[in-house]
Amino acid sequence: MSKRSVHDMLEDPDFKSLSSQKNSISLVLTILELVLYFGFIALIAFNKPFLASKLSGGTATTVGIPIAVGTIIFSWIFTGIYIWWANNKYDVLVKKVKEKIGG
Amino acid sequence: MEQSTTIIGQTNPLAIMFFFVFVISTLVITYWAAKRTRTTKEFYAAGRSITGFQNGLALAGDYMSAASFLGIAGLVSTKGFDGLIYSVGWLVGWPIIMFLISEPLRNLGKYTFADVVAYRLSQRPIRAAAATGSLITVLFYLIAQMVGAGTLIKLMFNLPYEVAIVLVGALMIAYVLFGGMIATTWVQIIKAVLLLGGATLLVLMTLAQFGFSYGELFGQAEKLYSAKFLEPGGLITDPVDAFSLGLALMFGTAGLPHILMRFYTVPDAREARKSVFYATGFIGYFYILTVTIGFGAAVLVGQKVIMGIDKGGNMAAPLLAEALGGNLFLGFLAAVAFATILAVVSGLTLAGASALSHDLYVGVIRRGESNEKEEVRVAKIATIGLGVAAILLGILFKGQNVAFMVGLAFAIACSANFPALLLSIVWKKFTTKGAVTSIYTGLFLAVGLIVLSPTVWVDIFHKEQKATVEKQVKAIEDGSKARIADLEKMKAAGQDAAQMDAAIASEKAMADSQLKEAKSQMPKAPFKLKNPAIFSMGAAFLVGILFSLMGREKRAEEMYEEEKLRTYVGIGAE
Repeated sequence: MSKRSVHDMLEDPDFKSLSSQKNSISLVLTILELVLYFGFIALIAFNKPFLASKLSGGTATTVGIPIAVGTIIFSWIFTGIYIWWANNKYDVLVKKVKEKIGG
Repeated sequence: MEQSTTIIGQTNPLAIMFFFVFVISTLVITYWAAKRTRTTKEFYAAGRSITGFQNGLALAGDYMSAASFLGIAGLVSTKGFDGLIYSVGWLVGWPIIMFLISEPLRNLGKYTFADVVAYRLSQRPIRAAAATGSLITVLFYLIAQMVGAGTLIKLMFNLPYEVAIVLVGALMIAYVLFGGMIATTWVQIIKAVLLLGGATLLVLMTLAQFGFSYGELFGQAEKLYSAKFLEPGGLITDPVDAFSLGLALMFGTAGLPHILMRFYTVPDAREARKSVFYATGFIGYFYILTVTIGFGAAVLVGQKVIMGIDKGGNMAAPLLAEALGGNLFLGFLAAVAFATILAVVSGLTLAGASALSHDLYVGVIRRGESNEKEEVRVAKIATIGLGVAAILLGILFKGQNVAFMVGLAFAIACSANFPALLLSIVWKKFTTKGAVTSIYTGLFLAVGLIVLSPTVWVDIFHKEQKATVEKQVKAIEDGSKARIADLEKMKAAGQDAAQMDAAIASEKAMADSQLKEAKSQMPKAPFKLKNPAIFSMGAAFLVGILFSLMGREKRAEEMYEEEKLRTYVGIGAE
């Protein structure tokens, strides 16, 4: 691969769309994950009474417990969203770009 | 339902039998793997033959250490809700690995994350710095695991501490030395399956006691230990410290050399991606289980019994297993805990050995000119060296509190390793100088600030002074309490109430001033936070960016285009 062709590939609209889609998906999901986790930490640091309140009248279960478990489950769902996108959209684009350069 | 008898601490033939079955089957695998471990690709990366699902299990097996299994269950059983904070924190780094690191890492590197950082920068200084960061992370993690292993095995199998350490060290050397990454991977997979299966069984048996209702479980926990048990308590008091701990747990995971190394065992980026998805699922599921186990142990075994055996609560899960499934289940879980330690230390040793041979020996000493045979030989020598060092350090650190070493490993991983790795992937203008200064800044700040923090400065360096002050405080409190009780008695017996109240008030004031005086003698740490990540990681990013902006590296910028193509499309990836 000559240097010229690498540069051309990067300017190719298909590659540009591929890399910008990947960047935005990665960035959006990273920010969501940061908000999710540090939101949980912020609740512990600044709003303990909310986490300590009961889910409903008759139960001992506090709001904090489903929120903690939910943080774990949402983290997994986010990775699921990423892999769904990557398997169904990204890999198709990658294949297209690869075929173009015959790689 | 409190039970007071346990056979923990006695020789347990069933545990030993389960353990032998595990060791023998893993040694058979090692024998099989040894025949397929000749090239560097086979030794470091299992010939890139592992599937995404297998690697997901192995990643989970590499990551779910005994500290997180026994430690989090113990923390939940003794501290309630606060224990959950750790189980959440230990998972949230995985999505970050998925979104930012896994694919570029697999597409750009060969065996270590230093391959990626050094991809378009000057090889020697980068490899020297990255290998130093890797090795120090690995060593602290390794010491913590070894000391934990010795203590655990002493409790579970009634073996002497030193014997336990030598046994763990010898087995881990055997797996890595003969079977390389293939054997290590299978040890991790088997261990992950055993651990997930054992924990699931334990949770089902626990929930059966409560009619499979979490409401019932939490209700009984509240009845026994008050509502406070289910609320966030004193673990996080300083928001900055909490934020800093969160950063270390989250980005530290994305900078752990033994985890990053596993991405080279799969054939391509697609499988690397799948690995993280499966690993996140397994690990998340496992941490949710440990929470149930912790609350279950608190209710069914009781804090008194748990803390009577081990003050930190580390025996909560085995005790629960014994209470619900008797000697047989305890034996099984004890063997699983041992297997857990073996799998984690093997992964760590392999990561340390690859930093020494692939990065330091080949990249720095031989300037990239070495053949495969020589590299594998050096890696094997490094394995033996690391194994022996782990045994000696494990014995040297006997009885030490190792929690801070795990914290330190995460702090170094997120400060020294992660910023340089991320910047090298995403930033065109990143330079050699920027990378090297970033790595060393993160490394020295993380270590330095932890030494100056309360965890080391007060709890270790000024241990005696702290104990003296605590003793004084307790004596003052007890004395004043006794005198006030006397005065109350005299008041009740009919002495002049106003006079007695005045005496009580003056007694209280005196005790307060004495307490203040005594507490002022408490050793103070020069650095207030327990977790330095917010400063050390921040500084590593800042220094890396500033030094890169100070000069340009033309070759690195030119190569960025090729790197970019390879990052996204995977052309040229091995």
